[in-house]
Formats: sequence, C-alpha cells, structure tokens
Amino acid sequence: MVKKLVEEHGAENLMMIIGTPDIEGAELVAETVTEGDPSYAGPLAGVSLGLPVYHILEPAIRAEIPEDLYKEHLAMMAMVIDPQELETALAKYRKKKSLKKS
Amino acid sequence: MLISSKAIIKQVAYILAHVPDLVRYGSKPAREIAAGRTKLAELEQHLRSFDDTVAYPPNQIFIGNISPDDYADLPEPWYENLLRGKSRYGPFGEIMPQDELYGIMKMWDKFNLIDLSPSFTALLNGRLATHPLITTEDRERLGEGTPQEKIEVKVEKEASLPLYHNGQLVGCVNRAHEQDETLTAHVMLENLLTKVTGILVTRHLIRNSSIEPDKIDYLLSCSEEAVGDRYNRGGGNMAKAIGEEAYCVNASGCDIKSFCAGTVLAIIHSAALISAGLFNEIIVVGGGSFSKIGMKFQGHMKHNMPILEDVLGGIAILLSRDDGTSPVVNLACTGKHDISAGATAQAIYEVLILDPLQKMGMKITDVDKYAVEMHNPEVTLPMGSGNVPLTNYKTIAAMAAMRGEIDREELPEFIQSRGMPGFSPTQGHIASAVPYLGHALKLINDGKINNALFAAKGSLFLGRMTNLADGVSFLLEKNSGRD
Repeated sequence: MVKKLVEEHGAENLMMIIGTPDIEGAELVAETVTEGDPSYAGPLAGVSLGLPVYHILEPAIRAEIPEDLYKEHLAMMAMVIDPQELETALAKYRKKKSLKKS
Repeated sequence: MLISSKAIIKQVAYILAHVPDLVRYGSKPAREIAAGRTKLAELEQHLRSFDDTVAYPPNQIFIGNISPDDYADLPEPWYENLLRGKSRYGPFGEIMPQDELYGIMKMWDKFNLIDLSPSFTALLNGRLATHPLITTEDRERLGEGTPQEKIEVKVEKEASLPLYHNGQLVGCVNRAHEQDETLTAHVMLENLLTKVTGILVTRHLIRNSSIEPDKIDYLLSCSEEAVGDRYNRGGGNMAKAIGEEAYCVNASGCDIKSFCAGTVLAIIHSAALISAGLFNEIIVVGGGSFSKIGMKFQGHMKHNMPILEDVLGGIAILLSRDDGTSPVVNLACTGKHDISAGATAQAIYEVLILDPLQKMGMKITDVDKYAVEMHNPEVTLPMGSGNVPLTNYKTIAAMAAMRGEIDREELPEFIQSRGMPGFSPTQGHIASAVPYLGHALKLINDGKINNALFAAKGSLFLGRMTNLADGVSFLLEKNSGRD
C-alpha cells in the first residue's frame, strides 16, 4: 500500500505518520519506509522509499492535533512512550533521508 | 446474569519441545534459506543444545520450577546466565528433547505420515521407556522402523520432508496426498507437531489433576494451525484428535480461533458452558505453533545470540464445576473488544481492563496481578519488536494514572508489583496471558494474592479479511466457598 502511494504521488509529496506503541517498533517502521525492510518480510525488502517519517506523539505532530482529540486518543500513550526520545530516535532516519537527497 | 454454578480452574499444564533441527523449516528461516540470504551452516552455528534449553531461565519459569518473581532478580542476558542443575520436568510439565518428540510424532500418527530409521527407532524405544507418560502400548506403535534407503528414496522422489537429528537424517515426514496443497509434507509436519504437543500437555494436565480422563466432557482446542483438505482448508477438529490420544473417551470437542486471543476466549467459553450446566469438566488445549519457529532468527544471529525460538509450546487448562476451593473464573468480570471499539491501544485497554472492572465496581489498583502478552523480551528486542509485556504494563499503569488512581511517579512501582518480565516463547496463542495462569493459581491457593486479570489481544488483520483488532479478558479470583 505505502509503495503504491509513493509510486502514485512521489515521496516528496508524502509524509508517513506512525503510531507504534514502542520506540523499537517505531524505529523498525521508520527504517522500512526510508531505507527498506530490514527483515526482508514484505514488499519493501530492498526498496528505499525515502519517506519522511514522524510518530504521532512527537511534539511537532502533537501541536497540530486538537486538544480534545489528543486527550481522548493519545494522552495515555504519551505516558507510555517518551515523546522526546521518540523524536531523537526518528530524527536519525529523517536525517539519513535528507543526506541521501543532497 | 443467570449462573447455575461457578466455573473454577482446577489445574494447568505447560510443556516445551526443543526442535533445533526443525528451525530450518520454520516459515521465516525456510524463506531466507531458499532466497540465499541465510546459509544453513551459519544458522546451525546458532542453535542451542538441549541442556542449554533446559537451563534457560524463561523456560524454567514456563514449566514452573521457578516463579516470575524470582526471575526479576536473575542477571541478564538470561541466555548467558543459565540455571544449571534444573530438571527438564517441573510442576506444570516438561521440556521434551527433539528425539523423543520425533518418537511421539511416530506413535501418535494415524496415517503413516512419519518414517523413522530402524537404528533411531531402537534408540527411541529405550529413551521413551523411562518417560512417565508414555506407555508400553505407545512404544509398540513405534514399530521396527523404515530402512534408511527407503527413507532416502521418499525424500528424493516422493516429496517427503527429511527429519534430521544432530544433523543426521533419521527419518522423514510424508505428504498425505500427491496433489492436495493442504496435505503436503510440510503442512502435515505443522499439524502433527500441534497435535502431539497438544496430546503431551493434555496427558500432563490429567496427571497433574489426578482426574480420570473418562470424566472429561469436552475439549476446546485454541491451537494455531489449519487442519483440513483442499475442500475445507481450516476444517478442524484438532480438539478431538488430541483427546483421542489422551484417553478422553467420553469427551467431544471443537476448535476456537481468534489469532492470539484464542486461548483466553476458549477459557471464557468453557467457563460459560460449565456455568450453564452443560458440562462438568472441560479441557482447553493449545498445541505448538511450528510456523513461528525461528521467526526472529535474523536478530539473534545479528547479535551473535543463540536462536531462542527453538521450542514449541503447549498449554492445557482444566475447568470444572465449583469445588469450593479452586480459583474462580468470574464471568461477571470479562472484557470483549466490540467491532465499534476502535484499534488504538487506549481503546483496546479500556474494553479489556476498565469495562470488566467497572462492572464489578473495582479500580485498576484492586487487581493484584495483570497477565498480558507474556513474550520473552530477549526474543523480541534483538529484532526491533520491543519489550511487549513492559509496553502493556506501562499502558495499564498510564491508564491508572489518567484516572487518578496512582500518581504519575508511581508508574514504575505499579509495573513492578502488578506486572512481571515476559517468559513465554513467541508462540502466539501460547504467549497470550495464559503462561501466568499456573503461577497465579499457586499464589491464589497459597493466599499470597486475591486475584489476577488475564487479557489477550489478536491481530486479525494478518488474515486480510478485516482491519479490526480483537481482545478478550477475564478476572481469576480466590474462591469464596460454595454458594
């Protein structure tokens, strides 16, 4: 599905927002949609999409979400995963992606 | 709710079966080897010995020789800090070595699906003679063995799957039909492994319970397999196939499936059937999930670890009418994930934890222990799959904090006292909350805790029919005596 969307719209017109419940899982997804599937389990094995990837709990994304919706669906999970740690973990993949483009 | 009798959990049994030479046939390793991305010889260098498997702390917790409370203090990594001197047998069951497993596959196969060589058969006859649950009649079914040359011909010309032990060819699994893709040697191996691990654990359960097997009325299998033929791929009924070899002659049965949520679902169904007065004694049984063997082997090899997904699991649970003492499945305190419930972690935990407790007027902190997906983190972390139980416990603790039941600073204490480290092999339905049942029964019977909540989730999207999640939960509590 993600591969198809990138082929249709181009990676430069898309960003990926993920919601995995742990940092390790977030990093795995981030690696998959930037450099390719490290586990060679699916269609993104060996395919580098270079998508910019963010987690929904990262401060930059959270700022865009209405407070009532945030409380209803996300506030609890923000106690489970540290948003700052998430930002640091995923910034690596966004940085790799921008290095690749330049 | 009209309940004619309380349903109790009388006993549980757990087994593991060590299958190092079958790792190559697990879904993920087989694909990687076929694609040339993994060399079989390299994979074999990461396989563990049986002694190391028995001494591995999570496995010792699984069979009940040590408790999850002891485990929190054991040094990590666990695979390097082995518990030497521990037995392969424990209060809940056993860890069976691979050769004996091949033996029970042969003994409990009804369709000539397994051939073992004469020399290996002779060896097995001796080894299985000392097994407490294998009878002389069982061993007679090993026969004399199949000549080695004939096994080689079957492997080369008849699409049989070779069976290796310590790297040597000792037998083969045969296909059950020449054209039917649902009866290939590989599928037969998968289904037979589920069946024999299910039989073994059911025999342990019957022995642990001191119940006559002819008293069992019904079996529910929650195993992860698809028994059938090309006209009905998942036709079932694994439950009766297991019961047949566990002497449950007066029982019928059927299968219950909902991915990893199947076991907890089967417990609730059984408790309801007993409470309604339909049956008196029901066994819930789950055999091992062969496809998941070696699923995360790449992470283990990358970190120069032994491949830890080298064991099949088996679980069996005996539910009965109220005996006035055994812990009770409180059917008034169950949770279910409705179609409209939503798939966020918050939504799922609200229906699995909050809804059942609110029905009882209880708070999150009124539950002494929570059993969630009990996956061993040492298996999942090297592959980037996170520490599953810890994430679940953090989520439950966060929910308690959101509701003002604890302070935010108390999250770590909540997790430590009401949770535990994961100790289950990553065998789907096996890992989902129920590995803790045996320990919970003991703690409740000893008066150390009053209750424990069991919550399981299922990833239904994997079958591509729906994007919905699934989940189910129940409260196990101390018996207040006969009504």
